[in-house]
Amino acid sequence: MALRLAFLGRLEDVAGASERLVPLAPTLDAVFAALDPALAEALRAPRIRIAVNGALVSDAAAVLLGDSDEIAFLPPVSGG
Amino acid sequence: MTPAMADVRLLTEAFDPAAELTAFTAAHARAGGIVSFLGQVRIEDGAEAGVEALELRHYEPLTLPAMRTLAEQVEARWTLEGLLVLHRSGIMCPGDPIVLVAAAARHRRDAFAAADFAMDHLKSESWFWKREKTGGTWRWIEPRQQDFADLARWG
Repeated sequence: MALRLAFLGRLEDVAGASERLVPLAPTLDAVFAALDPALAEALRAPRIRIAVNGALVSDAAAVLLGDSDEIAFLPPVSGG
Repeated sequence: MTPAMADVRLLTEAFDPAAELTAFTAAHARAGGIVSFLGQVRIEDGAEAGVEALELRHYEPLTLPAMRTLAEQVEARWTLEGLLVLHRSGIMCPGDPIVLVAAAARHRRDAFAAADFAMDHLKSESWFWKREKTGGTWRWIEPRQQDFADLARWG
């Protein structure tokens, strides 16, 4: 029972990898609580968008997670 | 007239913008005008010199679907014969093409506006993250305020 975390852009440097498997947790708050505090703080920053299984999340507190869900942390984009 | 489906691609290898534009033009012979924009990795002088490579990262579940949604918005807003949206991901060197947008329309105003709108939205809203390699070290690039100002023009 696990979750896959995906770190985009500069968050990859903070996390030390582009993705990480973590034990299943029921909520995003529980996921954050199990991470290194510095990484959790970077992921909770106001301009970081979150997507669960490819769908953007508008209310992070309302998300209920299930086994094998992929949670992506998306900093402001800088393309083109 | 049913609008042609836009050609939207996320490319992980180098592409030939001239060949793409030739094919696009040939496919839209009914268009009276085609406006294209090519973005490439610039060769810097002075203080910015020494950028050895640029990398764009994307997120598979979001990036291409959002590019397709943008293309649908463009096609809904202007009357087009065809629309081409190509965007690179991966590592590029100075001079390499990054993005090619082309809009084909019966009349040129629609083509200019559609290509302009598509580029402003690709720059500031598409799911890409950029980093540059200078002196052997990679550094993530933050978004430019100008990109948000460009986007705000469209209301």
